[in-house]
Amino acid sequence: MVISAETRAAIDAEIAKYPKRRGALLPALHLVQKQTGWISPETAQELAAIFEIHPIEVMEVVTFYNMFYDRPQGRHHVYVCTNLPCSLRGARDLLKEIEQHLGIESGETTPDGRITLGHEECLGACAWAPMLRIGAQYHENLDVETAKRLLDELK
Amino acid sequence: MQKAPFVTSYLTEHAGDDAFATLAGYRARGGWEAARKALTQMSPDDVVNLVKDAGLQGRGGAGFGTGMKWSFMPKAADKPKYLVCNADESEPGSFKDRLLLERAPHQMLEGIVIGAWATGASKTFVYVRGEYAQPADVLQRAIDECYAEGLLGSDVMGTGFAHDVVVTRGAGAYICGEETGLLESLEGKKGQPRKKPPFPAQYGAFGMPTTVNNVETFSHVPHIVKNGPAWFKGFGTEKSPGTTIFGVSGLVQRPGLYELPLGTRLDEIVFQHAGGPLPGRKVRGVIPGGMSMPILPVSQLDVPMANEFLRERKTMLGTGGVMVIDDSVCMVRVACVVTYFFRDESCGQCTQCREGTGWLHKIVQRIERGAGSREDIDILLDVCGKMEGQTICAFADAAAWPVQGLLRHFREDFEAHVEHGKCPFPQSFEL
Repeated sequence: MVISAETRAAIDAEIAKYPKRRGALLPALHLVQKQTGWISPETAQELAAIFEIHPIEVMEVVTFYNMFYDRPQGRHHVYVCTNLPCSLRGARDLLKEIEQHLGIESGETTPDGRITLGHEECLGACAWAPMLRIGAQYHENLDVETAKRLLDELK
Repeated sequence: MQKAPFVTSYLTEHAGDDAFATLAGYRARGGWEAARKALTQMSPDDVVNLVKDAGLQGRGGAGFGTGMKWSFMPKAADKPKYLVCNADESEPGSFKDRLLLERAPHQMLEGIVIGAWATGASKTFVYVRGEYAQPADVLQRAIDECYAEGLLGSDVMGTGFAHDVVVTRGAGAYICGEETGLLESLEGKKGQPRKKPPFPAQYGAFGMPTTVNNVETFSHVPHIVKNGPAWFKGFGTEKSPGTTIFGVSGLVQRPGLYELPLGTRLDEIVFQHAGGPLPGRKVRGVIPGGMSMPILPVSQLDVPMANEFLRERKTMLGTGGVMVIDDSVCMVRVACVVTYFFRDESCGQCTQCREGTGWLHKIVQRIERGAGSREDIDILLDVCGKMEGQTICAFADAAAWPVQGLLRHFREDFEAHVEHGKCPFPQSFEL
């Protein structure tokens, strides 16, 4: 079993909130990813059994949403917003500097598995551009040096 | 945590006060008294009529009458009815709902309880975009406080009325802001919008009658109940009453949030409130209401920000996300960013949208790198025309409108690229 007893209990608590079992699928995927980092084929099978659906229906959802992953990820997710308000204020240059600093391109993971880098659509921080998010944490009004320092602090 | 707006009115008056996000702080400012008034002194129909009289329009982008929407809910109590609060704020250039979730969650929850009483809903699902993990945490804490104090649950304020609120987090798909895409996502599926009819009021979340309202829309409701329709109509224009929270971003001196009456002129927002362009620059164009709304050139900013006026200039209020673009920027590059976004976010269900957004991006890119022809510019408009009004939801329209707007007002940028094979704006942001 991939899904831990603790995660399973949290999934059951989510299921109780919805009139139909499947309503808790997105919450369950968030919970499982918190435990495992990504949704493997085995995990999808276990979730399918919990939700009484086919594994492919789980994977359909996983691949539709940007925040669910069907392959292993770096320990930290770093996303730079490159939508228009951020692009107008230097986000593209910031992304290029970060790519150079980490030696990878957007969409890739550092060889040591430390950071997966990506660019993302508007994150709702438009007045404090450019910005990036590390996991759930937003970092706004960034300059290149501050961004590099934030990345260097990630273990 | 987001900063308080530079200009505040009734929605954001206390948003600078950290305590306002807590139940004690909200109550100290008179919070939850409007819900008590609604539940103890007014019938559900009274509340619906009051909101109708106030003329509150949805603040999520479409601007539909909120009281009218509530009145579509069936009266029969033979099956459960639901409310959905759309907190999937993802329209590029929009960041007002994040503020309301983080700094005034009880104001929105009070609006939800009043809406639930008006529509007979037993449960509200608040669908928060996946990236707003911190706002979702703040909201969950506020909900927990409400349960502990009897403001939610099986006996709201001792009235016998039962209401539950559940927070559901999305997972990074713009289309889930479309109300039926949201409902599909809420049911644990891909967020592909539904054909209408049936409308959500008949067949909504989990097949039950459902009303979907935006975060800001709910947040206005306690103020209307407390102060009445006449007071509410004292803000804004005759047809578009109340305030809204404009989010100003891009190349201006003071990007930020501004709560102002609807009908405030766009040039007043850009030049007075937000301080105008950066030193040595001139404003070239402004996108008035989030990225789906067509751009206006600087010569047309003397327009009141309300749909009845913006429509005359072939654009709309949308989410009130005001993006300012100055004279360093090439509009072909803007078109590249815009078309990339819509290509990336199309749910793929309808051919016109799936293929159209891809072609718009491809052709714009070709023009950007100097390999386009004059004919390409006409093809762009042709593709837009074949997307608009042809699909299950308004996403295809939202993808076509900004391209049409850019070509309507800044065709010369596209022509310069085509004619000279390069960008005429050397200082424009790089892609």
